Formats: sequence, C-alpha cells, structure tokens
Amino acid sequence: MEILQIVGLGIVATVIILVVKTQRPEIAIQISIITGIILFLLVAGKLASVIALLEKYTGRVNIDMSYLTVLLKIIGIAYIAEFGAEVCKDAGESSIASKIEMAGKIVIAVLAVPIVTSMLDLIIKIMP
Amino acid sequence: MGIDLIFRIAAIGILVSVLNAVLNKSGRDEQAMMTTLAGLIVVLLLVVKEIVNLFNTIKTMFNF
Repeated sequence: MEILQIVGLGIVATVIILVVKTQRPEIAIQISIITGIILFLLVAGKLASVIALLEKYTGRVNIDMSYLTVLLKIIGIAYIAEFGAEVCKDAGESSIASKIEMAGKIVIAVLAVPIVTSMLDLIIKIMP
Repeated sequence: MGIDLIFRIAAIGILVSVLNAVLNKSGRDEQAMMTTLAGLIVVLLLVVKEIVNLFNTIKTMFNF
C-alpha cells in the first residue's frame, strides 16, 4: 500500500514545513523540494515497469522505436520542467516559474519537429 | 532515504533558528549570521545531492 506511505509522508512534511517556515523560510522551501524528490523516487519503480511494458509492446507491434523514445523524452522533460516550475512558484518566484515552463515548451516543440515532419510527409503521400 | 532525510533537515533548521535567537540575544549578531549561513549550506548540500539523484533516475528512466 504505497499510497498510504506517500500521503503520510506528504502530510508530515507539510506540518514540519509550517513549523520551520516562520523562522527559516529558505530551509522550509528546501524541505518541500526534498519531499517532492522522495515522493517521486518512491513511485519511480512502478513508472519504470510501465515504461518497460510500453517498450515491449511497441517492439511487438513493430512501430518504429524512435517515436517511443522521443515520446518518453518529452514526458521526462515535461515532468522536470513542471517540477522546477512548481518549486519556484512555491517560493513565490512565479516569473521564474513561467520562464521555466516556456523553456520546457520550446524544448518539447524542438523535439517534436521530426515526428511532425514525418507525419506531414505521410499525409502528403496519401493525398491524391 | 525517505523520512529521515526530512527530519534531519528540519532538525538543522530548528537548531539554526534557536542558535540564531540565542546569539542575537547575547549581542553577537555576526556569529548568528554565520551560523545561519552554515546551516543553509549544510542543508543545501543535502538537497543538491538528492536533486542529482532525482535527475539521474529520470535520465535513466526516460533514456535522455
């Protein structure tokens, strides 16, 4: 029952953050960062098995593996950008958070270009 | 890994704020500032080590 451990950890960390926030706000923000990291690492194993399942089935259906790797890379970038943006928003720096999100969108758009071009080529080929 | 890390950082934070209050009361403000910075650096080292751990996990999982 991972979810009980996760929710318990989150609540305990939130209470501790409230205790420390009045005197030392910089250490409170670092406790929230550490809690976010620990919660992700708790579920990382399950996520890895889901990704392995996806890779196995794309191999069997003989879809080109490069599409899946680009998709996974985009998901990873989206997660990291969202993680950084949320931390900055927690600290009150919403302008830095929006810059991080914008950069994340640009990096993802750059990664998606080859897939979009191959799709457009396919459509042009199908068009009479 | 896990809850003990959170408690360690919270303990450092509380210790630094108590030390800060004591030093401020006894008039030595610059030592108070130094202990605040020392506590901050220790916590920062712990946090950065965990951030590197997170990024490596993500790098291997999403095969960057």
